[in-house]
Amino acid sequence: MSQNKWKITLKIHRQKEAEAPHFDEFALDVDPDEYVLDAVERVWAFMDRTVCFRHACHHSTCGACGMRVNGVEKLTCITYIRDVTQDGGTLKVEPLRNFPVISDLAVDMGSLYSRLDTVGARSVLPVTQAEAEKKPADWPAGDEQYIRLADCIECGLCISACPSAATSSDYLGPAVLAGAQANGLKRNPELLGLVDTEDGLWRCHSAFECTAVCPSFVDPARRIMDLRKQVFVERFSRVFRRS
Amino acid sequence: MDNKHNLPSPAKFWTWFNPIGRQTGGWAFILNRVTALGLTFYLFLHLVMLGQLAQGPEAYDGFVALMHNPIIIIGELLVVAAGILHGLNGVRIILTTFGVSITRQKQLFYALMAVAVVAILVFGIRMFTA
Repeated sequence: MSQNKWKITLKIHRQKEAEAPHFDEFALDVDPDEYVLDAVERVWAFMDRTVCFRHACHHSTCGACGMRVNGVEKLTCITYIRDVTQDGGTLKVEPLRNFPVISDLAVDMGSLYSRLDTVGARSVLPVTQAEAEKKPADWPAGDEQYIRLADCIECGLCISACPSAATSSDYLGPAVLAGAQANGLKRNPELLGLVDTEDGLWRCHSAFECTAVCPSFVDPARRIMDLRKQVFVERFSRVFRRS
Repeated sequence: MDNKHNLPSPAKFWTWFNPIGRQTGGWAFILNRVTALGLTFYLFLHLVMLGQLAQGPEAYDGFVALMHNPIIIIGELLVVAAGILHGLNGVRIILTTFGVSITRQKQLFYALMAVAVVAILVFGIRMFTA
């Protein structure tokens, strides 16, 4: 922790029922090595108990505290204050885009969760199917029994950052398509009808914002491109199967 | 509750052009849309101007004289620039779609834009010295 305290202005998006959205400003003394979520919590604890926001694990596992910080999607529990503002500066905190606001900074992520279910995205998977897993030389036999958490923490930052998702409510979105890719078309051929659609794979216009904001290194853009390749191979091979 | 302002909507197409908070891939996305709109506008203008040629020899001579106006040449250079930027950005999208250089899409974008700048400069010099 730093010895120096910074004076910052925290601008929090406020929107309660039937209320027009606006910002409330709070003057705070913060340690620059604290996280943005700490600052929001301090406002809630000592200044305004009506501030509503989502948070749980505080170590980037639950994906609950995704917000926009100075216009950029961040997981606020791992975003240092010193990385997003300066002494005397302002921190503007807003809810994620493309989800309905429940209250202030809390959004309804139901559409993301239900779409993840639709493509059968797994929250745990066998280590043998995890792309990032590097198997040590002495890995025991029968490793299908070993499972690990999937990389995606379902925080929704990618959906918020995606410019294509801003204009189409039916777009599956990066996290969902990445979940479909992790499942694979070979294992789940029925996914083809879900992802090979206007509001599936082909709505992506290669802005790569999803990968840029992903706090969990899922790399949704790469997975979308890989899924396109899978779809292309599947369609191409179907032509020959018919003939 | 009125929370529609935070939901996706086709009316939010203007957010495509907002560079605030965007990163390299987002700038490439914006550039592609701006150049596409510019080229579409040019196509419309081009057809209108071609229509002027059908109005006789005097109209044709007037049109040719207009084409030597420096402002028109700058406009033509903008069209060439838009075509080069849009085309090379399209090459980036094709390559990454097929998995080429996908983990280095930023470097690919910068490299192609460097090629674009050189090509635009070459075209600009040739157009103003011809």
